[in-house]
Amino acid sequence: MSGLSLRRLFAMMVKEGHQILRDPSTLLIAFVLPPILLFLFGYAVNLDTARTRIGLAVLDSSEASRSLATAYQNSRWFEVATASSLAPLKAALVSGRIRAIVVLPQDFGRQVVGGGGSIQVIADGSIPNTASFAAAYAEGVRATWAAGRFPERGAGGAAPAVQLVDRYWFNPELTSRFFLVPGAMAIVLTIIGTLLTALVVAREWERGTMEAIMATPINMAELIITKIVPYYLLGLGSAVVCTVLAVTVFGVPFRGSPLALFLIVSAFLAPALGQGLFISAATKNQFIASQIALLTAFLPALLLSGFLFEISSMPRVIQLITYAFPVRYLMPLLQSVFIAGDLWGLFGRGIAVMMGFGVLYFVLTVLATKRRIA
Amino acid sequence: MILAAWRRVVAMTIKELWALLRDPRGRITLIAPPILQLALFGFAATLDVKNIDLGVYDRDRGGYGQALIERLAGSPNVKRIVPLESPQEVRDALDNGKVIAVIGLDERFSRDIAAGRPASVQADYDGRRSNAAQIVNGYIGRIVSGFGAEVKSAPVAGTGDGAGTSVVNWFNPNLDYMWFTMPSLIVTLAALSVLSVTGQSIARERELGTFDQLMVSPLRTWEILAGKTIPAVLLGAFNATVFLVLIPLLFHVPFRGSVILFYVALFCYLFALVGVGLFISILSRTQQQAFLGMFLAMVPLILLSGFTSPVDNMPRWLQVVAEADPLKHFVVIIEGLFLKGMGAGDVFANLWPLVVIAGVTLTGSALLFRARME
Repeated sequence: MSGLSLRRLFAMMVKEGHQILRDPSTLLIAFVLPPILLFLFGYAVNLDTARTRIGLAVLDSSEASRSLATAYQNSRWFEVATASSLAPLKAALVSGRIRAIVVLPQDFGRQVVGGGGSIQVIADGSIPNTASFAAAYAEGVRATWAAGRFPERGAGGAAPAVQLVDRYWFNPELTSRFFLVPGAMAIVLTIIGTLLTALVVAREWERGTMEAIMATPINMAELIITKIVPYYLLGLGSAVVCTVLAVTVFGVPFRGSPLALFLIVSAFLAPALGQGLFISAATKNQFIASQIALLTAFLPALLLSGFLFEISSMPRVIQLITYAFPVRYLMPLLQSVFIAGDLWGLFGRGIAVMMGFGVLYFVLTVLATKRRIA
Repeated sequence: MILAAWRRVVAMTIKELWALLRDPRGRITLIAPPILQLALFGFAATLDVKNIDLGVYDRDRGGYGQALIERLAGSPNVKRIVPLESPQEVRDALDNGKVIAVIGLDERFSRDIAAGRPASVQADYDGRRSNAAQIVNGYIGRIVSGFGAEVKSAPVAGTGDGAGTSVVNWFNPNLDYMWFTMPSLIVTLAALSVLSVTGQSIARERELGTFDQLMVSPLRTWEILAGKTIPAVLLGAFNATVFLVLIPLLFHVPFRGSVILFYVALFCYLFALVGVGLFISILSRTQQQAFLGMFLAMVPLILLSGFTSPVDNMPRWLQVVAEADPLKHFVVIIEGLFLKGMGAGDVFANLWPLVVIAGVTLTGSALLFRARME
């Protein structure tokens, strides 16, 4: 095999370019999907609990329980449906119309006079996080109400022995959008890098045009380069679209440098594209390639990358599995370059690991392709 | 006449099943991954925050400081305490994501407590993971205030004796996140496989040119569509049945509802999915377009379903959009059947939207198919 020929490379890339531009679905994925995804992660995936619908069972007609009921109705955390017995609210909890029941018991008024005043919360455990939020906020409303009503009882508001001073770095307002939108960008890059590439190249194998290309004087290195460069550019293009949208539309700060972002995205696209090429060479079938890309690239990016679910909370075995997916390394890098700034120590390590995966996948691709030809 | 139509539909179904299952790799991709995914993603998808690494910057080095650190180290959610020696180390540990939070004790901490003065603890969190940081803040807050109450000799904590909130979580008493994830995965994984199969069905025939052969066969429009629908529904029902057996057996998530209601709802759901899949397939000219179109539909369907974050948290108008998402309704039904033992009335209240969606998408597909044939 001869060395690289620029003329051949150029001709092949023009061909690939045509192929991308001719099919509207490719452009749809590269430029229409990113805004949709960012939009969904910016608005639909909201981990900050908004108003929770609760039922309030007032089993007591004392002045104290009416006053506490009003406190719940006025709370900005709750949308309250009041009833004088538990039965209708239990049914509403099963049907999902409400997420928790706050019970003011029959002797609540008497308890309050005697210095107590306990309430009960029955939460819908089938949505665990909403259940804990509802219970915590219900207690908060009660405590505030009690403190306002009986300031003399217990120095609840006065200085505790040890006070906790909290400070949240990088994201003092705790806006979940700030980490969800950069995370969505990682998903977009996975889709373009792996899913799209796997699909397009598998199609060439399926139709036999790959063999036709191999019969030409082109060599393996040239072939792989011509497959990578166009999709790499497509990935970069959508990264630009994502960044601009994140900053202008979603108000995510961009505290790092464009150079750092460029290096991070490029380093991730290497294994992403490599994986896509490998899947296509190993399967040679569009349907199977699409399924495998979905399972080994898209779903891990969504579930195993530390994007929505904390990796440290997963069982040990699954934590080990997450190390096998390059997107796991990309996620903290992207979030940092947006909201923390240039942390070159962190970036350097992440980029090195991702490039390592890239090399691995290209070697596998070459092996799989050689086997195909033989 | 009806008998002849019946025979044609059966023949078409057998042909489709054959096309789907002929390739051993195809068989494996359709059947093995759902089970693997259930295990992998079921364990991974948790919003709990466990096994955290906590940094401690202790400038106090007194007895009270040590006692607080030991108490933090003893928390079941903390895996490791990382001692840090300087502000620079604190910064590095947070920047690089080595710890999610750092507890800082100043020089006066033990002296203040010993002297009965209010002492303060500084907690710095990694705001890039704002959601996890908030949950960790809850853990630390509870430990610190418990510690504070203990070291303070005067019994003034709380807002009066006996007042408080007792919390009961129905349906999932320990708020085990997996109890929520596992049933929801049935919904998502069934959607992935059914949409993949139906999305490809017609586009594949068109790409390979066998579509014309179908057109000249004696099959009528609805017979062709029925032949495309039934195998996908069978596949989805097969996968869901496997999950229905495995989830209680392997993961000890209870199934408290009626199996008959499960299947009634499942078939409505599968028909709604097939309608969406066929619609995409008819619009696509190639398998690539069909796959990407499927993907473009799949991502919003999953994100609006309530699986990744509660529908209640979304902006109101987006909640209205989510009503058109078959996954959203089926998530409610499945969670209800598994955890809540939901009765027929509540199931049907969530079922009719599925029937409407199935009716609209299937009719739409048939009309579009006929229009495209001419």
